[in-house]
Amino acid sequence: MRRQLCDALVARAQRPDLVFLTGDLGFGALEPLRDVLGARFINAGIAEQNMVTVAAAMASDGLEPWTYTIAPFCYARAFEQIRNDVCLHGLPVRMLANGGGYGYGVMGATHHALEDYGILSTLPNLHIFVPAFDEDVAATVAAAGAIAGPAYIRLGRGEMPAGEVAPAYAPWRRLRGGTGPVIVAVGPMAGVAWAALAAEDVLQDADLWAVSELPLSLCPPPDAFIEAVRASRRLCVIEEHVAQGGLGHSLAAWCLERGLPVEGFRTLNAAGYPSGTYGSQGFHRRESGLDAPAIRSAALALAAA
Amino acid sequence: MVVRVRRTGGANPRVAVRDAAPAARGTLEPGLLRLARWRLLAMHHTAGVGHLGGNLSAFDVMMLLHHELLRPEDRFVLSKGHAAGAYYVTLWSRGLIGDAELDTFHAEGTRLAGHPPARGVPGILFGTGSLGHGLSLAAGLALSARLQGRARRVFCLTSDGEWQEGSTLEALIFAAHNRLGDLTILIDHNRLQGFGSTAEVASMEPLATTLGGFDVEIREANGHDLPEMRRALVPGTGRPVVVVLHTVKGHGVAEIAGRMDSHYLPLTDDQFRDAVVGRPPP
Repeated sequence: MRRQLCDALVARAQRPDLVFLTGDLGFGALEPLRDVLGARFINAGIAEQNMVTVAAAMASDGLEPWTYTIAPFCYARAFEQIRNDVCLHGLPVRMLANGGGYGYGVMGATHHALEDYGILSTLPNLHIFVPAFDEDVAATVAAAGAIAGPAYIRLGRGEMPAGEVAPAYAPWRRLRGGTGPVIVAVGPMAGVAWAALAAEDVLQDADLWAVSELPLSLCPPPDAFIEAVRASRRLCVIEEHVAQGGLGHSLAAWCLERGLPVEGFRTLNAAGYPSGTYGSQGFHRRESGLDAPAIRSAALALAAA
Repeated sequence: MVVRVRRTGGANPRVAVRDAAPAARGTLEPGLLRLARWRLLAMHHTAGVGHLGGNLSAFDVMMLLHHELLRPEDRFVLSKGHAAGAYYVTLWSRGLIGDAELDTFHAEGTRLAGHPPARGVPGILFGTGSLGHGLSLAAGLALSARLQGRARRVFCLTSDGEWQEGSTLEALIFAAHNRLGDLTILIDHNRLQGFGSTAEVASMEPLATTLGGFDVEIREANGHDLPEMRRALVPGTGRPVVVVLHTVKGHGVAEIAGRMDSHYLPLTDDQFRDAVVGRPPP
């Protein structure tokens, strides 16, 4: 999504208040943005805590700062800065986090972001974006830029199944309707699930949703989703994020609080590093049970329930 | 009670930073400083809370900044948020916080928490308290002003122990690299931190020499000597200015001055009385 991000920000750079701060990332990708922004493109160095707080101060002073680094160097390294300087003050800092989930693959665990939106969902008024497809990035930048408070944007790799066209960007999107189990996938896992459920079999009847904005308190599901759950009574949540703090748990609580009659419930989550070995993003998804066979298996079990 | 400050100059607050000589803006009278210090002692005594030592070491420079140096377009960031009491009383002395409200310090339902809140108190831009944040905030304000073509001085008051925080050094590197010449970094060098002296715990001594290794302008002053601080706080010449203020924790209260427990313990009734009216003859 980096190319799409660069294009979207280059277009937005016409806004005189936009400032872009990078934690020394962007080589081979963000040069066009650097060229168009000039002094407003700031390489803040390998110092993410300072970068986030500098951005907070700039936001307090009327600028529109966007920060950019690898996801864990933002939400984990600079958590206190996000909490105190950005969120406690409600400042519109947009934090771009590259490599959501296992996006950095064999680069290893230090570069993965498996608990980011769970942790950040605990902070006040922090709006989280997880675009699902490359085509979502421009709309995500526009949406994050339009809100009055802070935003965290988890970027990954769009995985649109061949031959499919996603509906226009929305926080909650129905990718495919059906009367079978309701399948909810966060961000790029929606594309993985879409491909997994493409076979001409019983799973053609699954009702597939892509979620791109969190937490539920800021971005609740639409009525059509509630109706679908009420009718299906079976729900599966797929996310490249650990179970604790993930959408699955929060959505289960959300359904319970509203008396939705969920009788069959599954979550598919990031499992960490069960074998103690490392590989591509696909390797880690397979180990976690987030690949197509595992998704089909979970959906079939729910369909049979 | 609102204290009116006598203005001795008529400087245009919109003049360029370099032309804004502190002496032309007004004078912090020693009598006002003494009165405000008593108010600070009374506020802490009423609240029955500690942290007084680091408030008293930082108080004089905060008062000087707010009565002589800060123009409307300038900014002040209190990075050592545990000096909130000194900050509140300074704002009281400028008429921004009412006298009755000072008596709510640390009380249930107060706006005046033990560390400055993020919102709700006039004159306070940022909530601070966790050390190592303020200098980045100040650097952001300084760079923001440059990007927007505004003339603005930014002052940031840090503690000395706070320089053990890595983020403070991140901010210093950033400020020096970006040559934030309108940024003045004040260090309340009272040499005492939470559980020992700075030299014993994690020494950066001599602090001025250590920080002088960065591309900044280093100055030193007695943090309780107003004329000396005025000289040290004139604008810099293109690089960030670091002013090491040699101060005394608990300054002005003989029984706690220079003592580490002044970081924690509230004044006793006797200490409070002695500090305000002097010790009675034996």
